[in-house]
Amino acid sequence: MGKKVGVFVCHCGTNISATVDVEKVAEEAKKKYPGVSYATTYKYMCSDPGQKLLRDKIKEEGLTGVVVAACSPKMHERTFRNAAVKTGLNPYQVEVSNIREQCSWVHQDKAVGTEKSIDLVRMMTEKTRKDTSLDAIKVPVTKRALVIGGGIAGIQAALDIADGGNEVILVEKDASIGGHMAQLSETFPTLDCSQCILTPRMVEVAQHENIKLYTWSQVESVGGYIGNFDVKIRKKARAVDLDLCTGCSSCWQVCPSKKIKSEFDTELGNRTAIYIPFPQAIPSKPVIDKEHCLLYRDARKKNIPPEDSKVCRKCYDVCPIAPVKAIDYAQEDEIVEVKVGAIVVATGYKELPNNVYGEYGKGKYQDVITGLQFERLASASGPTEGEIRRPSDGKEPEIIVFIQCVGSRDPAKGCSYCSKTCCMYTAKHAMLYKHKVHHGHAFVFYIDIRCAGKNYEEFSLRAIEEEGATYLRGRVSRIYKKGEKLIVLGADTLTGSQVEIEADMVVLASAMKAQDDAEVVARTLSIQYDKDRFFSELHPKLRPVESSNAGIFLAGACQGPKDIPETVAQASGAAAKVMALLSSDELEREPVVAKVDRLPPPVFSTCIGCFYCQRVCPYGAIEQEDIKARDGSVIKTVARVNEGLCQGCGLCAATCRSKSVELAGFSDEQVYAEINSVEFN
Amino acid sequence: MKIGYYPGCAITKGATSEEYGTSVMKVSEVIGPKIEEIPDWSCCGASSAHATNHKLSTALSVRNLSLAEQHEYEEILAPCPMCSQRLIISQKDVQDDDVLKREVEDAIEMPCGTNVKVSNYLEIIKNYSMDEIKQKIKKTAKGLKVACYYGCLLVRPPKVLKFDDPEDPQSMDEIVRAIGAEPIDWEFKTNCCGGGFTLSRPDVVVKLTNDILEGAQEAGAHAIAVACPMCHANLDMRQKKIEKEYKRKYDIPIVYISELIGLALGLGAIGLGLDKHFVDTKSVVDAYT
Repeated sequence: MGKKVGVFVCHCGTNISATVDVEKVAEEAKKKYPGVSYATTYKYMCSDPGQKLLRDKIKEEGLTGVVVAACSPKMHERTFRNAAVKTGLNPYQVEVSNIREQCSWVHQDKAVGTEKSIDLVRMMTEKTRKDTSLDAIKVPVTKRALVIGGGIAGIQAALDIADGGNEVILVEKDASIGGHMAQLSETFPTLDCSQCILTPRMVEVAQHENIKLYTWSQVESVGGYIGNFDVKIRKKARAVDLDLCTGCSSCWQVCPSKKIKSEFDTELGNRTAIYIPFPQAIPSKPVIDKEHCLLYRDARKKNIPPEDSKVCRKCYDVCPIAPVKAIDYAQEDEIVEVKVGAIVVATGYKELPNNVYGEYGKGKYQDVITGLQFERLASASGPTEGEIRRPSDGKEPEIIVFIQCVGSRDPAKGCSYCSKTCCMYTAKHAMLYKHKVHHGHAFVFYIDIRCAGKNYEEFSLRAIEEEGATYLRGRVSRIYKKGEKLIVLGADTLTGSQVEIEADMVVLASAMKAQDDAEVVARTLSIQYDKDRFFSELHPKLRPVESSNAGIFLAGACQGPKDIPETVAQASGAAAKVMALLSSDELEREPVVAKVDRLPPPVFSTCIGCFYCQRVCPYGAIEQEDIKARDGSVIKTVARVNEGLCQGCGLCAATCRSKSVELAGFSDEQVYAEINSVEFN
Repeated sequence: MKIGYYPGCAITKGATSEEYGTSVMKVSEVIGPKIEEIPDWSCCGASSAHATNHKLSTALSVRNLSLAEQHEYEEILAPCPMCSQRLIISQKDVQDDDVLKREVEDAIEMPCGTNVKVSNYLEIIKNYSMDEIKQKIKKTAKGLKVACYYGCLLVRPPKVLKFDDPEDPQSMDEIVRAIGAEPIDWEFKTNCCGGGFTLSRPDVVVKLTNDILEGAQEAGAHAIAVACPMCHANLDMRQKKIEKEYKRKYDIPIVYISELIGLALGLGAIGLGLDKHFVDTKSVVDAYT
């Protein structure tokens, strides 16, 4: 029996009907398309009455296939399929023909729009006539989540998921959690101290019974699929036994290497070779920096195991733990294998380094510093204990220049995007500076002031109006040194004049960039990233925390520049998604997956085993399968699709040279039927 | 390989900066590479042409490239950076724009010379003659502190010229080091000298050149090395006026990098044109022993 297809054309208010004669599209479908037994239009198909119309007509007309001509299937395919399911129709018999994004929105001429819509609907009708019913794939769920990155995003996500009653494994590559937020002085727009609001959350992480924390660790590999990821974590050798160590501080007090630039203090302060990054670190237990430690350097030079070196064992000798000391020079990396159901990626960002802009000295002027360095200067826990003193000679700068958009909005040297946080943090810096250096003067060079956010505009105005920072609209073309001063040459585009400022210190509002290893992380997780190496969300508006790989979610600046409130909101969003996922015992997955054919012997499969499909698969879903004879000998090796991993992108089907791969719901037969139905004039 | 020599209007025989051209030729006779003047070369279209008529200035430049290709030169040396920059940009313009390319070909009645490589003087020395300098050096100027001044045109626009670091170039510094003098680290390597405004806005030029001279003096320079006739004119010819205007004493010889190389190779100062400068170059000549 032939299929009875119903066509429902949506006006989308006037979004579609202004450029497409929807009545004509429905009429044509009913009159001319084979298999169409019913066609109508409706103002908003996605609305409740619209969905009711769909359900009613499926029942009344006995429809066995449905085409909804409306917006992108990314928008409402699920809506219409769910509506159809309630009538007992298989959801995969419902198709959406996109006549909005790909038609009405891009055309002005109604005649053209109408004609194209008619074509599009005809094509989708032809596909629908060949649709087969598909059943959702069911997979079990491991009720445990992995959070990668222990900055504020990872901390928030981990705590939310753990509070929801699920186990969380939090992996942090540094010796302590806290991330960039721990380095900040005060936070906008309220000027509350960053550490004061962050460190209690860090302690919560450490004490939470549902959270297992791995610091100084990295995710080595991720296998499996949504609900069932197999994760290998490398616990890098810390040379300190975390179970034994009490964090008594004896070891780092005796360490003779005291002049190592502290990463936490953005190289403005020093640390020892055995160290905790900052006093509030979690865990509050040290790690040995093997690159700088005298013992490890000696061992490398002599090519002996570190425990055999005698050059300096001060930290070991002083360690009061007995009978086994907490310092263990021989400690080796350890691989931990865990199974998780969901993953949150919260790997953060990197500040554009100081050595990019030649015109700003490329890092050769000590008193030209980055925003994060200024944070450390302004922080009470920083190298100057919160006093604003310039790095070169420790003098208090009386004239300070802030330059916004250093790297941001500059595709030639940095990145094309806006880093979003710099207008606000520069206003904050100007304010903090004025609070600490009353007689000083702050100049801010800006392109635009972009302070969109709750209480943000008011905050930036405060810097100008109450704190008296001089805002100059224009770029700085050069900085050079003249005696002890930095000469800042810039333009004031509002008065059309050149500006020359003799400054004591310059702060660059450096761009937020993707982490250096973003691509490696993306490859490990099989998730997509954009041209700037930020991880891509699945939909910019409607699925902002989901990655391209099901079961892996994004939080914080690894997805794009963000401030703290936005990061925390996204992290909680990701956590909610994880909890929804972990709340069920079984998962239903879209059955739109690829399949490599299997035939009776002696053919077994038309697959020739070239594995081109394996090379193009972005999700690592293609496996090699040996087809064996009864005696166990391999007859041939062919491709097989892991349904749990497959996302139904169809690359394998398009690549296959022997036409052995077919995508469920998108068979060659269906696609050809679509193409053949186009009337070429 | 044959390298075509394109002097351009400023440094050709009898022009205002002929000592640059003369010293380039003399130095090349000693350390190579061998260069030959491109027959029938014409204006590169700098200044007035490229400010008023894009097609005309492109055609003027490309004509020289085409001539070079006709005479089978694979590379052109254009010591004047205005010339080298115009030649390179015009070449790129016709490479990128087929319509312009056809129009230019109609105008010059030759196929566009899109393959010949255009190099400035520093590139030529760095690519071909550094070893030769080491072998043939006869004199050094130990303790002669030289501020290498690149100006704007040698390195900009970086996207097209792709030569050295546009903010902190090093190629001239390396050459100065190779000929036994001491390049200094200073702040004004690529600052603008006022260039073409030398006639229309001398007030601007005087301020800009003063910044450069002051920067060089404060960094302890005994001389400023240049590779551009325009920079040379602004710094050398105007130095007295700048001194008067700013009530300062500079007395800093402005020398072409080719002249410095020549001195190191033991060539005569007068032959190199060091007598043709406004600011006395004797201190530089005497420094070479």
